[in-house]
Amino acid sequence: MFKKELPTVPKSKLKSSVQRSLRQSLLTTYPLLNRYIDEILPKKGSLEAMKLPDRYTLYVLDSQPLFFQIDTDTLLPHLKLVHRFPAGFPSIRIDRGAIRFVLSGATLMAPGLTSAGGRLPSGAGGDEGMDEEERWTRELEKGEPVVVRAEGKMEACAVGLLVEGTKEVKEKGKGPVIEEAHYLGDGLWKLSTD
Amino acid sequence: MVDTEQTDAPSEPQGRHVTYCGVCTLPPEYCEYGGTVKKCQDWLQKAHRPLYDRIWSPEALEAATASLSVEAQKRAAKDAQKKAAQAEKAEQKQADRMANSVITIKRVERNKRKFVTAVSGLEAFGLDLKKVAKEFGKKFATGSSVTKVPSGGEEIVVQGDVSDEIEEFLLEKYKDIPEDNIELVDDKKKKGAAAG
Repeated sequence: MFKKELPTVPKSKLKSSVQRSLRQSLLTTYPLLNRYIDEILPKKGSLEAMKLPDRYTLYVLDSQPLFFQIDTDTLLPHLKLVHRFPAGFPSIRIDRGAIRFVLSGATLMAPGLTSAGGRLPSGAGGDEGMDEEERWTRELEKGEPVVVRAEGKMEACAVGLLVEGTKEVKEKGKGPVIEEAHYLGDGLWKLSTD
Repeated sequence: MVDTEQTDAPSEPQGRHVTYCGVCTLPPEYCEYGGTVKKCQDWLQKAHRPLYDRIWSPEALEAATASLSVEAQKRAAKDAQKKAAQAEKAEQKQADRMANSVITIKRVERNKRKFVTAVSGLEAFGLDLKKVAKEFGKKFATGSSVTKVPSGGEEIVVQGDVSDEIEEFLLEKYKDIPEDNIELVDDKKKKGAAAG
């Protein structure tokens, strides 16, 4: 998505009504953020929007990037937010060999997830969260936003939308899983939000 | 009263604070993919010793490579090398360009006693012409604009003869411009002379 460097664009303040509706849609997309929402989006804080090329909008609060989206599609968290609240987003894990490809902006392919170092959701049900094997407990659907962690690393390395449900990925074991992601070191990551 | 205060305080779970590398801006764990590994290591060692010890200790490195096959390791190492070389090359190129490029401050006579000052070559130092033009305008309280040059490229045109001041200002504000790279030119264009 952001392979190229992004130009710096001016920030504009959002209406409080828009801010409220954003907060609402944020909670519907990521119900797990409920616990943190007041810390992420304090009711008083004034959210700002940055209009990026290709109809992307980045939401910024006090120079901290929070979320971005195309038009009014699914809200995706900025990686810095994921690092602050890792437990708030469903995640999958890739093996060590795949990291360097993901960090250069390649499409995430299934073998990076199905191998020994990768972790796909277990689908066991119960409380949503991470089990002791670092597997998410709920199978994720096609089109859902997902955070990509990496084997042996604490922090997440990418965020994107699944182009294939995790169940199908397990069955097929090949093909793309996340096509265009926001990854560490891409244009959005490097964009200055001051 | 005291009780209620105590229960209130920790009710909000705090977000984690993540340290980012001062060189490549990635979380330090990912520095190895950033292309400037050596510099990142030095920085981390200085700035966050415990983190450095955790990430770059021999045990940690061994654990990191153990899970990959020998072949994959080789490939990864080769790739990392290539990336590092690329980053180095780019940096070198940038430094070269900065050493070789010259900023020309040209005083152009407009009308006998009236002058404009044209500054070209600033973009080689990674400066945003529009912003610098604004700075000039503010500093000298004159008109200052970015104009296209017929030979392609852009230059900043400042109203009035401010060539010496601009040189001083540039040297003071942007420390990475060496003094030798600024050239002052006096362009006296008499109508008759230019035609002949």
